[in-house]
Amino acid sequence: MSLTNEVDDQQWDLTITSSKSLLSLNLEAIWRYRDLLVLFVRRDFVATYKQTILGPLWFFIQPIFTTIIFTIVFGNIAQISTDGMPKALFYLSGITLWNYFSDCVTKTSNTFVANQNIFGKVYFPRIIVPLSAIITNLLKFGVQFALFLGFYVYYFFTSDVIIPNYSILLFPIFVIIMATMSLGLGMIITSLTTKYRDLSFLVGFGIQLLMYASPVIYPVGSVPEKYQFFIALNPMSGIINNFKYGWLGSGNFDLFGLCYAVGFSVMIFVLGTLIFNKVEKSFIDTV
Amino acid sequence: MSEVVLKIENVSKQYRLGLVGTGTLSHDLNRWWNRLLGKEDPYLKIGSVNDRTTEGGDYVWALRDINFEVKKGEIIGVIGKNGAGKSTLLKLLSQVTGPTEGTIKAKGRVAALLEVGTGFHPELTGRENIYLNGAILGMNKPEIASKIDEIIEFSGVAKYVDTPVKRYSSGMMVRLGFAVAAHLEPEILIVDEVLAVGDSEFQKKCIEKMKDVAGKGRTIIFVSHNMIAINNLCEKAILMENGQIVSTGETNAIVDLYLHGEKDDNFSFGKIAKDAKRHQYHKNLAYFSKIEVFNQSNLKVDTLRFHEPAQFKIEVDSSVELKDVIIIAGFMNDDHERITYSASNDSFNNQIVNISQGENKFDFTINQQLLPGEYSMYFSILDKEGYPYDSINYYGNIKVENFGAKDEKYFWVRPIGLTNTNSAFKTTI
Repeated sequence: MSLTNEVDDQQWDLTITSSKSLLSLNLEAIWRYRDLLVLFVRRDFVATYKQTILGPLWFFIQPIFTTIIFTIVFGNIAQISTDGMPKALFYLSGITLWNYFSDCVTKTSNTFVANQNIFGKVYFPRIIVPLSAIITNLLKFGVQFALFLGFYVYYFFTSDVIIPNYSILLFPIFVIIMATMSLGLGMIITSLTTKYRDLSFLVGFGIQLLMYASPVIYPVGSVPEKYQFFIALNPMSGIINNFKYGWLGSGNFDLFGLCYAVGFSVMIFVLGTLIFNKVEKSFIDTV
Repeated sequence: MSEVVLKIENVSKQYRLGLVGTGTLSHDLNRWWNRLLGKEDPYLKIGSVNDRTTEGGDYVWALRDINFEVKKGEIIGVIGKNGAGKSTLLKLLSQVTGPTEGTIKAKGRVAALLEVGTGFHPELTGRENIYLNGAILGMNKPEIASKIDEIIEFSGVAKYVDTPVKRYSSGMMVRLGFAVAAHLEPEILIVDEVLAVGDSEFQKKCIEKMKDVAGKGRTIIFVSHNMIAINNLCEKAILMENGQIVSTGETNAIVDLYLHGEKDDNFSFGKIAKDAKRHQYHKNLAYFSKIEVFNQSNLKVDTLRFHEPAQFKIEVDSSVELKDVIIIAGFMNDDHERITYSASNDSFNNQIVNISQGENKFDFTINQQLLPGEYSMYFSILDKEGYPYDSINYYGNIKVENFGAKDEKYFWVRPIGLTNTNSAFKTTI
């Protein structure tokens, strides 16, 4: 325990300095903590509906009721076109996708603030927490997607307007794009909110408002020309469009929307990783 | 010589004081602007030493130029007063936050135990939480699975292990939390004051466990205010003060240094420098300039016999005339706890003391019946309301020795009299 100036030629397993490379995802560390990732997912999944009577049924209740309300308000009262598709299926498809995106963003965007107690006491790769939120929501999305499939099969056999096509195969890619995009967005927001909480106010209702700028409740074809641009700006638009096109046969294939979504998600993810890496080191001092 | 497993080089950590939020944006912009111009961070320079009693400066160095090395299998205790930087050091070591400057290098897995039961989820059962907490601390699933019986056994909450932890008592939570942590097997374990919780039986168990862990060649860094635990567990210790390392060495010597301060510096009677550590409410009016102890035979001493009255010759420098002040001589035990004192306005004595401008000399005689042992002293000049003109802590060590007198189980002090040797009259009661 003395001060030595000997040549430092030893192998160190861990080096902590004041700076580190910002673009590293540190996949090795994530792999080492994979059990923690699984346990976090399990915790969130199990704990959410503990001490409820209906339990996991809530996964279904939420989209079903939203669909019913949308059908009544937008479909029947406001008489917004659903492109000839069964109203319930049209809304449910949009809601299922949008829910995944919005849940991921809201959940990941309070990573630092909500977990400051743990983060202040123990080190593990911080990215595990937003990652676990993405995966938890993916499971939830899976359950809700099964609900959609149920409706889909029913309408497929009872009506003849549903004409799926091959772009249905792009579905897994849509999920990956949504996950990357919401993770990136969430990482940016949570990093910025450690010091300035203003953004957290925006996220809650911002995501909700953003839904109206996406083809969840209307087919993009029915939108007046002057608004089309703004809807196209929403990276989720392309995904919802193409999803509806592939599964229902509604509208046209939106190549621009898809490319835009891919580009946007990659850019946001890189930016998010950068900011997140910068902040995770010492956010505990400013949170 | 065994290998170095932990090396801390020139590590410093700066914190911003006050409310983060107001003004941070402007500081951030300023910082960013300076970086753009290729200049140094303007706020890195102005940090003051971490002394929480003095004000001034928006930034503070919680740690400054920390250097040390830890060898494999060593148990190092880190001690120091609150605010000395111990916890900050642990936070850096455990990677909870990054250093502002410097490098920390480690070999092997580092696990930190800054709190027990981190990440417990109230809705999950004890067993589920063992897995969760273990994973948070860096264990993987097979590792936990292989130890789960041991962990449950160690925690002593086997009966409740399948009950959600929200139904646990706080003691049970702590036990379960520590049980998980105790079965961590990192190469370097960092432990904060976690032993302060739980009952004494459990604390003993924890210490035993830590000794056990260390016996297996693991390195432990242990922060505590519990000197007994430090003495018990650690071979070496580091003493910190104001964010800096004061001294490192054998635990006994360091603990002594912490408890008594630097012997030759503060702990001798005689002249007191004007810039010595003082506590003053009324600033810069009166100063103790010299204090000496005489025994009954009028000899200058630092050891008193049991029951032997002590005579303090006190000199006070004052820039003004002060009427009706109170002079206090007090005794502190080894742990710097004030145990008893004697005041010039004591009901036995009730002496009116005035201080004139310039030099003043007093003889303050007290009758002491302190138990044999070592005491450090403090002296104060107070105004009528009890606010100090001047107060000197940890000043002078007095030994009370029992030369054959029978050991009595009580102790007290009371003044016999205070005499102003400047003035013409002398009173002794």
